[in-house]
Amino acid sequence: MTPFLIASAVKVFVVFNLIMVGVALLTLAERRICAWMQDRLGPNRVGPQGLFQPAADGLKNFLKEETYPAQADKTLFILAPLISFVPALLTFAVIPFAAPLPTPWGVVPMVVADLPVGFLYILAISSLGVYGIVLAGWSSNNKYALLGGLRASAQMISYEIALGMSTVAVLLLAGNVTLSQVIAQQQQGAWFVISLTLAFLIFMISAFAETNRLPFDLPEAEAELIAGYHIEYSAMKFSMFYIAEYSNMVTASALMATLFFGGWDIPFTHWDDAGEPSVWKTLATLVAFLAKTGFFLFTYIWIRWTLPRFRYDQLMALGWKVLLPLALVYLAVIATAIWYLHEQLGWTYGTPMALALGGVNLVLLVILLWGLDRGRILSGSTAEVA
Amino acid sequence: MAIGIKVLKRPTRETSYLRATLKGMALTFSHILRPKVTMQYPEEKSSKDWTISSRWRGTHRMLTDEQGRAKCVACGLCPQICPANCIKLVPGEDEDGHRYPLIYEIDEFRCVFCGYCQEVCPEEAIHVGVHYENSEYSRDRFVYDLERLCAQTHPVSTLWDPSDPKGE
Repeated sequence: MTPFLIASAVKVFVVFNLIMVGVALLTLAERRICAWMQDRLGPNRVGPQGLFQPAADGLKNFLKEETYPAQADKTLFILAPLISFVPALLTFAVIPFAAPLPTPWGVVPMVVADLPVGFLYILAISSLGVYGIVLAGWSSNNKYALLGGLRASAQMISYEIALGMSTVAVLLLAGNVTLSQVIAQQQQGAWFVISLTLAFLIFMISAFAETNRLPFDLPEAEAELIAGYHIEYSAMKFSMFYIAEYSNMVTASALMATLFFGGWDIPFTHWDDAGEPSVWKTLATLVAFLAKTGFFLFTYIWIRWTLPRFRYDQLMALGWKVLLPLALVYLAVIATAIWYLHEQLGWTYGTPMALALGGVNLVLLVILLWGLDRGRILSGSTAEVA
Repeated sequence: MAIGIKVLKRPTRETSYLRATLKGMALTFSHILRPKVTMQYPEEKSSKDWTISSRWRGTHRMLTDEQGRAKCVACGLCPQICPANCIKLVPGEDEDGHRYPLIYEIDEFRCVFCGYCQEVCPEEAIHVGVHYENSEYSRDRFVYDLERLCAQTHPVSTLWDPSDPKGE
């Protein structure tokens, strides 16, 4: 029992610090990539290539004055940043980030807590984050903050449904809610992004909305709500919201990598997931995991600096009228396909089954794009004027 | 009556904007790889695209003759024409009858950098300069006396030439 506790404590410490450093670097990456996309250089003064900029920002935030609105509900006002910050970090606990590491005290799985209910835990905890935002909006006693909080709650509840629905397909195929089993299943066949392409698309769009990132950042839409729910916050409490947002991004990216892109699996080889665990395997798979997560983090930033913000009714229409029916229909189709292949033909998950499901997805994708675009597949908005 | 009204072509039916999104993403990504326009100021003060204009009117400079004396003859035209009243001039005269400024001070905080002093000066003594880095630790350092005006080394402004309005 003791080695387990020690190993867990070490893992918690390491993962917490890695995420904090990752979040810090992510704020820098966001600013620099944004600058590059606008033909600028971005912050490059503090340290080599601006690497110490996050430290400078952090120092600044620690030294700034904490302000409290006179009419604010002070308890909740102080509590709100914590409530949004903690769940953002908690979620990462169940995501496996590398192959098991052999130590003198036994093989240690590279996941903070390998919960049997892993995925349900993520859905449960990530929904808690909205409380922080709503309470921040309400306790500030500011109309803009309140509107931001209301928007956040409506948006996150709406997209949670599509998010959950899209992952049901993953769980159907994996036959398990433990994330390490989901990864193991993908290692046997192909990544789930091939067999569940549409689910991935729905998941990605919903995850963008869940993390309140552009084009879905209506809770803080600065054009109409100034800063939304965190308008009254200053100094470190403000940066807690920032850290929460970025850790949510890290978790969502890691989740996309885990559920659809094989987690720490290295593609086209079974060297990493079979045989004796070794330190090199752990390191190589960690790099693979970081690369996948990093790619999705880049996509987050990339999309943010490409797309304008949705109007609020468009956001709701997309969530309820497009993504939710789509997820339901998709779930029905893919469940039938899995049932047919698995029960009638007796296949188990492997490359042939993944490819067969991939074919189904391709057909569905074409139908979807055809239907959405009224006969003009992937056409632009000005391609045809009636 | 044809006023130029630009009518945007908008789709009459719903579209998913998927292609527009992908095009936009391709565009933003291509911009990551393009050369940057940022000029890194303290190290880089001009680039091939931009240099400070030779007509820039910045802090003043008094030109001197071969003996190192100010060219100013204390005629009093510059304090007369100065719209901001920032030039203080007390004229003096030596035993040969040459006039020179006993006190010549310009309050750069009052100055509006119109360049009239340079235009009006018959001796081409006082000039506005092509210079913009003026920070000091105290306000009174911004009253430039004659010695300081003579010691400035930055290039002087060419001002606007009516016969060559575009500066060619």
